[in-house]
Amino acid sequence: MMDRRTGLALMAGVVAAGLVARAAPAQENVQFIPSLVYRTGPYGPNGEPFANGVADYYNLINERDGGINGIRIVFEECDTQYNNDKGVECYERLKNKGPTGAAVFSPLSTGITYALIERATADRIPIFSMGYGRSDAAYGRVFPYIFNPPANYWSQATSIIKYVAEQEGGLDKLKGKKIALVYHDSAYGKEPIPTLQKLEGMYGFKLSLHPVAHPGLEQKATWLKIGRRVRPDWVLMWGWGVMNSTAIKEAAAVGFPMERFIGNWWSGSENDVKPAGDAAIGYKSANFHGAGADWPVHKDILEYVYDKGLGAGKRERVGEVLYNRGVTNAMIVVEAIRKAQEIHGVKPLTGEQIRDGFENLDLTEARLKELGMEGFMLPLKLSCADHEGGGPVYIQQWDGQKWNKISDWYHPMRDVVWPMIEESALKYAKEKGITPRECPQG
Amino acid sequence: MIYRETGQFKTSYAADQAVLRLREDRIGLAVILLLAYVAIPLLASEYWLSTIMLPFLIYALAALGLNILTGYAGQLSLGTGGFMATGAFAAYKLATAFPGLDFVVVLILSGAITAAVGVLFGLPSLRIKGFYLAVATLAAQFFLLWLYNKIPWFTNYSASGVISAPTRTALGIPVTGFEASVTAKYLFVLIVVTLLSLAAKNMTRLEVGRSWMAIRDMDIAAEIIGIRPLTAKLTAFAVSSFYCGIAGALWAFSHTGAVEALAFDIGVSFRVLFMIIIGGLGTILGNYLGAAFIVLLPIFLNNALLGLGMQEAVAMASHLEAMIMGALIVFFLIVEPHGLARLWQIGKEKLRKWPFPY
Repeated sequence: MMDRRTGLALMAGVVAAGLVARAAPAQENVQFIPSLVYRTGPYGPNGEPFANGVADYYNLINERDGGINGIRIVFEECDTQYNNDKGVECYERLKNKGPTGAAVFSPLSTGITYALIERATADRIPIFSMGYGRSDAAYGRVFPYIFNPPANYWSQATSIIKYVAEQEGGLDKLKGKKIALVYHDSAYGKEPIPTLQKLEGMYGFKLSLHPVAHPGLEQKATWLKIGRRVRPDWVLMWGWGVMNSTAIKEAAAVGFPMERFIGNWWSGSENDVKPAGDAAIGYKSANFHGAGADWPVHKDILEYVYDKGLGAGKRERVGEVLYNRGVTNAMIVVEAIRKAQEIHGVKPLTGEQIRDGFENLDLTEARLKELGMEGFMLPLKLSCADHEGGGPVYIQQWDGQKWNKISDWYHPMRDVVWPMIEESALKYAKEKGITPRECPQG
Repeated sequence: MIYRETGQFKTSYAADQAVLRLREDRIGLAVILLLAYVAIPLLASEYWLSTIMLPFLIYALAALGLNILTGYAGQLSLGTGGFMATGAFAAYKLATAFPGLDFVVVLILSGAITAAVGVLFGLPSLRIKGFYLAVATLAAQFFLLWLYNKIPWFTNYSASGVISAPTRTALGIPVTGFEASVTAKYLFVLIVVTLLSLAAKNMTRLEVGRSWMAIRDMDIAAEIIGIRPLTAKLTAFAVSSFYCGIAGALWAFSHTGAVEALAFDIGVSFRVLFMIIIGGLGTILGNYLGAAFIVLLPIFLNNALLGLGMQEAVAMASHLEAMIMGALIVFFLIVEPHGLARLWQIGKEKLRKWPFPY
């Protein structure tokens, strides 16, 4: 009898504690930025360096500059475990915090992004899905609050095909070549398919599709088919988490050359190649920002954040690909808020005001140099109509120790992608009964 | 002394056959309904309504569906997620193909489609039992999800396979999509869940419900006393799938607004199964208790842990949440294998005698 009573008391205590509103320190002159992360769950190992990069960059801005023009950043993490329901719960939990509510959400999951598009639009809070999420959200006239710079999956697919073409000796040489796409069988993995099919029609290569079910630990049959039957000239991969390293190992097992195996930018971090060991040497992937800790911004992070004991992760992991992606994400958010402050004044801003900052974002070469990120990524400019920017991509290769940049930057085929974005976005608008808004730039 | 029938005389058959025969039960239910229909929409914040109450109600409905099949008819099923997905995709196809259709009609039709699919996958139950049936329904789970993922027609050729719920109205009031207010969504789901719970409660008291229970308790004996296993099992599958289908449609339309087939993966089936086991097999109340336990407790735990000063250690809070949750499940199954609903029943008996020990 005793333990039953204890159990009920325990439960009552837990419920009561959950009910009590969490007392947040009353701070008025700060900008609240929520951070949806996943440090646990199936993709936790990838979510962690990203979340650390974001946290470290915000701390750097607070410690080195005293905030964004003096407005300190307050951020709070919420662990989504890469689960859509949890992501929605985190969003609702954090959206009204801080003096002006949430500044911007970066869900770090295509599924959660989809679930938040309408909610955030209704709540007037921008969603910044950096290089993931809904590709046609680049069409700002239909998606006023969604941003996916520097490039979406469709743009990325064209950039990678450009690289492949260059290796083959030109776009006209693609004719008759066989390209296989190995993809995570989810909203995320399916995104590039229409683009690749369109390019297939334009350049006459032969595309074969190989879905891999979540989480992607079982790929023997897929790779036997690729290695023995399809025998493609190139394999592209849209994978995430443990699927990537498994694919690399299986590809090596069937003897597919790593030099002809290209992952997208979510399939090209240390976490993907290290578990595969030497088999991964030569594996390539796309990327839109630098790898390694050799930029001035990393020096500042180590000096102002880690030396003060404020680092979110381990010191030696600063500079990993996913860490740098977190830094990039945080940097773009901070620059968008800075831009919004130019428009609306230096004070804590609402999501709607920060949206204006995103739409007028203009990261020039000079600005990137000031930020200590010269050459880390290429300039980026957004507008009311263009929420993507069509940023360029380069190809990196793993040498067993680190990622090396082995190619130039490839700009996406905007002439191919933009009409598809427009068509898809307008179809969405029609389904939802949205009238596309007018944009000054057209 | 609190909960006793003394002095409450039934003078008609109708009174004797009422769902709630005790005045205390009627008052209790009236208070709960008043809370749910009036107090919560007025007092609860948007966060509460949209991320706590909505998933709780929808999961309770799915649990109700599975409980009819597993708790009342004794047919173990692991296909709940697949049936929910069927409801969601059927509702999406209907809502986009006939934009003017009232959402209530969409819901009923998608429930009916799911019921048909459920009957189809219920056919093997005539030959196989127990764990073997669980495996057969597991096949339904994987096949259905694969189907919606594979055939682009189900998602209206969306590039990513995600369906996004358009705004639809029920009796002229928008109840889904981004134009609907959270309160409208909540009240709509609440009405659906109330009506379907009432229907389920009554079904279990009717001939059909009694035939399910007879099949559950001993199928050969049931057959001998004249119950047709074919009808009993297939009606259980049909009704159960109808409920799960509506739950899936509400999940996609009223709760998240955008789902891909993966949102209804095997994890969902297990969650619903845990709900009915922890809540209580073969009870209606148990579905609500189980759904509250599985859906709400992790959110409370997480908030409580973060509230106790764990903001800096989000990962630790998540791990602790999973550990406490697991420990509580084991704990409750040891102290009360018949589920939380049984705890309430014991409580009622104690209240009847209170303050005397016997």
